[in-house]
Amino acid sequence: MVFFLESYHMGLLSSSVSLSRYRVEGHIEKPVTETVAKGLKKNSVAEIDQDISDKSVGWTSIESPFSPNFEGSSFSFGNLFVFSLRVDRKSIPAKLLKKFLTIETSKRLEKTRRGFLTKDEKKVLKEKVTTDLARRIPSTPNVYDLIWNYESRDVYFFSNLRSSNEELESLFKRSFDLSLIRIFPYTAADLLSDLSDQERDVLIGLSPTHFSD
Amino acid sequence: MLDLAVAYNRYRFLGDEFLTWLWFLIETDQNTFRNIDPDCTALEMGNRIVLENRKKKSLERITIRGDDAGLEEGRLALKKGALLAELSLVFKTGENQWQFSIKGESLNLSNFKAPGPALPPSQEEMEGFLLNKYENYNKINVFIEKVFKSFIKLRVSTKWSAKVIPNIKKWIRSIDA
Repeated sequence: MVFFLESYHMGLLSSSVSLSRYRVEGHIEKPVTETVAKGLKKNSVAEIDQDISDKSVGWTSIESPFSPNFEGSSFSFGNLFVFSLRVDRKSIPAKLLKKFLTIETSKRLEKTRRGFLTKDEKKVLKEKVTTDLARRIPSTPNVYDLIWNYESRDVYFFSNLRSSNEELESLFKRSFDLSLIRIFPYTAADLLSDLSDQERDVLIGLSPTHFSD
Repeated sequence: MLDLAVAYNRYRFLGDEFLTWLWFLIETDQNTFRNIDPDCTALEMGNRIVLENRKKKSLERITIRGDDAGLEEGRLALKKGALLAELSLVFKTGENQWQFSIKGESLNLSNFKAPGPALPPSQEEMEGFLLNKYENYNKINVFIEKVFKSFIKLRVSTKWSAKVIPNIKKWIRSIDA
């Protein structure tokens, strides 16, 4: 198991991590652990290796990222929920697509005894070749860990990649009906700094300081 | 609350000002950090700083790497109107140290190295390991949140123009001394 964790996790279990912080907005239905388990199971990552889909996004377990298991309270540690976002993508190399398209085009021309294919025929053939390759090519998984402290309403997401953060925000909303507010300078000031109404008015009107003469 | 995408860009300067103020504090007032976290024995500059100058027509970006990361060159860039956009830091307590980089516009952390083992010693010790790991990451996040809160309270007060800006300008000018 430890080998698994070491091999595939670039997040929480790495010696050097990237971290984005979120605040959870909204109320979660009680009992909390059961509600979270339901959201995780319903939106756990689907395998697409034998499928024509080119992308799959869902939750997985931190301890077994390639066989999601949210039974019992396996994702619950004290007041923390710890699980992972998995994004599987298939990418067909352009040269591979070109190779199979050339082969299939030759076969079709031979079969129809013609010297060319129409624009529509080329389009249909490309779609067929792409679909066939998508079914044969395995997806590449990316696993991003997260820790959700449901008492403090903080989420630590172990990636700074824009695409993975966007996937997280939409999947979290879909799974738990809760919004994630990203913490950056404005939201840190507005949500975490206990500003009075008067201070908040000043914040809204601020403009950059020039420290140089 | 404002639209978040608009707010991210409209107020990104606050992050750069925060990091610049933080550098000023590191050099002039370590007590602030000890008051925020009594465990903190020192907050030190790490080995990389990135400055951006938006006063010029085109954005000028300066990256300084290496131990004692060219602080004089950095201050010279401040003098020309640049602000810190990214900063690597070392947070020290009596026994441990945390290293990380913080980005002004997003407050994202990267190259974050916390004390303790990267992997659990055994499957049975996973829960204790994860809780400990969380505490180690949380310590720095709580620290940054409190330091940022001190900054923003100052930033929306009259003290910012009356005291902080003159002191930072004086500190920047002190490179000539």
